[in-house]
Amino acid sequence: MLKLEKRPQPSRVFAWLTPIFAVIATMIAGGLLFAALGKNPVEAIRTIFWDPLFGEFAFYYRPQLLVKGGPLILIAIGLSLGFRAGIWNIGAEGQYIVGAICGAAVGLAFYPLEAWYIFPLMILGGALGGLLWAMIPALLKVKFGTNEILVSLMLVYVAENLLAAMALGPLKNPEGHGFPGSRNLKDYPSAFNDEIITGTGMHWGVLTAFLAVIFAYILLNRHLLGFSIRLTGEAPRAARFSGVNPTRLILFCLGMSGLMAGLAGLFEVSGPSGQVSIDFNVGYGFTAIIVAFLGRLHPVGILLAGLLMALTYIGGELAQGNLGLPSAAIQLFQGMLLFFLLAVDLLTNYRVRFAKSEAA
Amino acid sequence: MKFTKRAMLKGAATALALGFATTAMAQDKTKVGFVYVGPVGDGGWTYEHDQGRKAVEAHFGDKVETTYVENVPEGADAERVITQMALQGADLIFTTSFGYMDPTINVAKKFPDVKFEHATGYKTAQNVSVYSARFYEGRAIQGTIAGHMTESNIIGYIASFPIPEVIRGINSAYIHAKKVNPDVQFKIVWAYTWFDPAKEADAAKVLIEQGADVILQHTDSTAPQAAAVGAGNVYTFGQASDMAEFAPMPRISSIIDNWAPYYIARTQAVMDGTWKSTSTWDGIGPGMVGIGEISDVVPAEVKADALALKDAIANGDYHPFTGPLKKQDGSDWLADGQTADDGTLAGMNFYVEGIEGEIPQ
Repeated sequence: MLKLEKRPQPSRVFAWLTPIFAVIATMIAGGLLFAALGKNPVEAIRTIFWDPLFGEFAFYYRPQLLVKGGPLILIAIGLSLGFRAGIWNIGAEGQYIVGAICGAAVGLAFYPLEAWYIFPLMILGGALGGLLWAMIPALLKVKFGTNEILVSLMLVYVAENLLAAMALGPLKNPEGHGFPGSRNLKDYPSAFNDEIITGTGMHWGVLTAFLAVIFAYILLNRHLLGFSIRLTGEAPRAARFSGVNPTRLILFCLGMSGLMAGLAGLFEVSGPSGQVSIDFNVGYGFTAIIVAFLGRLHPVGILLAGLLMALTYIGGELAQGNLGLPSAAIQLFQGMLLFFLLAVDLLTNYRVRFAKSEAA
Repeated sequence: MKFTKRAMLKGAATALALGFATTAMAQDKTKVGFVYVGPVGDGGWTYEHDQGRKAVEAHFGDKVETTYVENVPEGADAERVITQMALQGADLIFTTSFGYMDPTINVAKKFPDVKFEHATGYKTAQNVSVYSARFYEGRAIQGTIAGHMTESNIIGYIASFPIPEVIRGINSAYIHAKKVNPDVQFKIVWAYTWFDPAKEADAAKVLIEQGADVILQHTDSTAPQAAAVGAGNVYTFGQASDMAEFAPMPRISSIIDNWAPYYIARTQAVMDGTWKSTSTWDGIGPGMVGIGEISDVVPAEVKADALALKDAIANGDYHPFTGPLKKQDGSDWLADGQTADDGTLAGMNFYVEGIEGEIPQ
């Protein structure tokens, strides 16, 4: 008979193995799902996981992996800091939107001036926008003890309405025939977040995401603040006794995650998306939560998880276009990934024993 | 960077044999791609575009191959999906939402051999056409029926986004409701969505609470119909799709988008090699806008009135925006007998006289 036994300490081996188990289990269950829909499961799985990387048109899809994964990684890195300390910023989507609005507004304010300092100022604007939006739940929590989960989540809806108001009002393209949406920043060289090397998908946001991975790694492993974050998450009482200042930690973690989400928004609006429009946000802030957990809240894990998530998006679109799979099946497939990850997580904290059942 | 078929063959030496194979196959069948903003099962906007796609398949049989990707967000994702279709050898690609405008233009630059058709936008190129329907013609008929049917004299309107397309619809419905019922009043709720059953249901409930007994909608779900069923004596109209499952009550008629004839004609043009970049804005006459069956709940004389208006619009005798008309602020817009030009209609950003409230900015 199977018995679960709590491990004295979480298994380090399984912490790294479970994501791989989860991916394999997703492929099997997903394959069954695709077979039930009347598609060849092997072909479907190959289309999702193989074709974007090594298929005929991989030269186009590989750079797209970076474009799609970059913002996910950048936001997830910021979120992971707070998640580790038990500070739950669920509103990265809102911070992403406000970062994009502020950053784009800075750029559009200079239009049509061309100057080298415009893009750096936009980056500053994006970072500040995200930071300030995250400071609302942070300060409310610090001052009044409000729940940051609720406040940050509700502020997403506020941000969405702000976005609609901006796209229809102050930031609307004056030459847009009355249609909503700002000028396209792709047509404004000084404000355009172009690829650093053409054809690689590597824009400034992707570079920033990679830098954030390194920054988070050093912070968590080499810095006292990182130690405080980890300690607070793993042993809150011990953290308090050792003199960790919870107020400072809350402000830092929410502020950092807001800042990174804001940056992600700015790089997206000035690059791949190009304009402030009503439907600018497509859920990166929420998907990043999945990426953060899929990556075990570890910087390198998040990097890999972000790229994997991007792969399922791009491969999923390919499977829709080429094999006629409905988009709901693809979303189900992505959902399974998190489901299986959480399920096999059990193995990290528990060990399975085959015990003989004894008569009591 | 341009991805012509030729350049692609030159570029990837390893893919050479494969490349030839796909090119040869593409010439046998015309490949037509569709990019959808919603799910094909939305029962409204995307559903009707997908009906158009199916009509293309039914009409050409083995000579075409159609593909689609649904739920594509507007922006960077759209650009990738469109590129993907072009890479996979599509000859003609329909992008069916306003927000796909810039992505379509961007991808079209890279694939000069592929033809693109963008719905409801205004940017064209040598290989990009735009097409849209004169839905405001249908709104005139809706307004006429609504004006007759309301007893509370309050008509609710669930608007999506304050863009010219939606404002035109509100104006057209109001003008014609007012014509048959001078006491009529419009209450407008901005839902800021094209498709969100929860928000649409909320909007419908708010309007019903405010006394509206007829509800018009510029959003695509059937949630307002369901809310009307719950409330009892409330009339609604199908939007984008017939929504016949709610007939005869609360759905008393509908505006149906009928893209099939256009999609078939454009596919034929690609096959014949006669495709040219065009701007199409068709209405009831050419059949792009259909009026769903007016149910028996509507009195016969009202139905006759509505159908007479439909015929007059279809054969060009009547334009829904015919003077004398004033703007909301009281300034003159159209003189007696004068009709609105397409330029003004395309960029319409004002209410006509009599509508209360402001267009959100």
